[in-house]
Amino acid sequence: MSDPLVTLVFYGIAAVTIVAAIGVVSLRNIYRAALCLVLTFLGVAGVYILLNADFVAVMQVLIYAGAVTTMLLFAIMLTRSPGSPRSNAANRQSGLALFAVLVLVVLLVLALGTAVWPQTAPVAAQSSVDVLAKQLFTTYALPFEIASVLLLAAMVGAIILARED
Amino acid sequence: MLTLTLNHFLVLGAILFCVGLYGALAKGHAVAVLMGIELMLNSVNITLVGFARFLAPDQLLGQVFAVFVITAAAAEAAVGLAIVLVVYRQRRTVNVEEVDLLKW
Repeated sequence: MSDPLVTLVFYGIAAVTIVAAIGVVSLRNIYRAALCLVLTFLGVAGVYILLNADFVAVMQVLIYAGAVTTMLLFAIMLTRSPGSPRSNAANRQSGLALFAVLVLVVLLVLALGTAVWPQTAPVAAQSSVDVLAKQLFTTYALPFEIASVLLLAAMVGAIILARED
Repeated sequence: MLTLTLNHFLVLGAILFCVGLYGALAKGHAVAVLMGIELMLNSVNITLVGFARFLAPDQLLGQVFAVFVITAAAAEAAVGLAIVLVVYRQRRTVNVEEVDLLKW
């Protein structure tokens, strides 16, 4: 992680991600905000690759940039009020929320930017899938099964909720 | 500054979290609120994967957690968007300020 080029790539990806995220919350048209969200998700996937988390990066692209964004766009399409360019307007408490968020971001950046963590010896770069699969199917097998039940319940629940009746 | 440390990733996660928090707090459209929540979950994932990479790179517990967070986020998005559709069908609006039946 000491290569200056890697650091430069990190700064580039971070800038794209943050600018796209600000676009999500500031663009007037909610359709464009959703497309900015795709860019944010892809930037986060790039950050995962910089962190040697290849499996999580692929999951990010598949689930977030693919599936979740598609669902968001369908929801926007199905609830569209005709002819409203300001579909992503702020609500009444936006000023207060902006103030609170600015205070929080200053505090968090000051705290996390200066924090000192115990140094560990870096391991050789390798695929994380082996370790991840061992963890998921031995130590965390029960949470893995519970997650599948959660997905099933969410799927059935979403179908029942959205059904015309 | 030229060496990537854990703090770089934590600060990126913190900034993304705050942007998402603003989206969740200050938006009128219910789908926009959900998009803010997705941003916040993503920032938490960056933090988890960063901790896994820098503090315990031989166990990758942070990545295990990130996979579970992604699973829960997908379930949350599906149910949340279904609720938004039902609210729109019943009330003809998706503005969270106009849906205040439970507000007393």
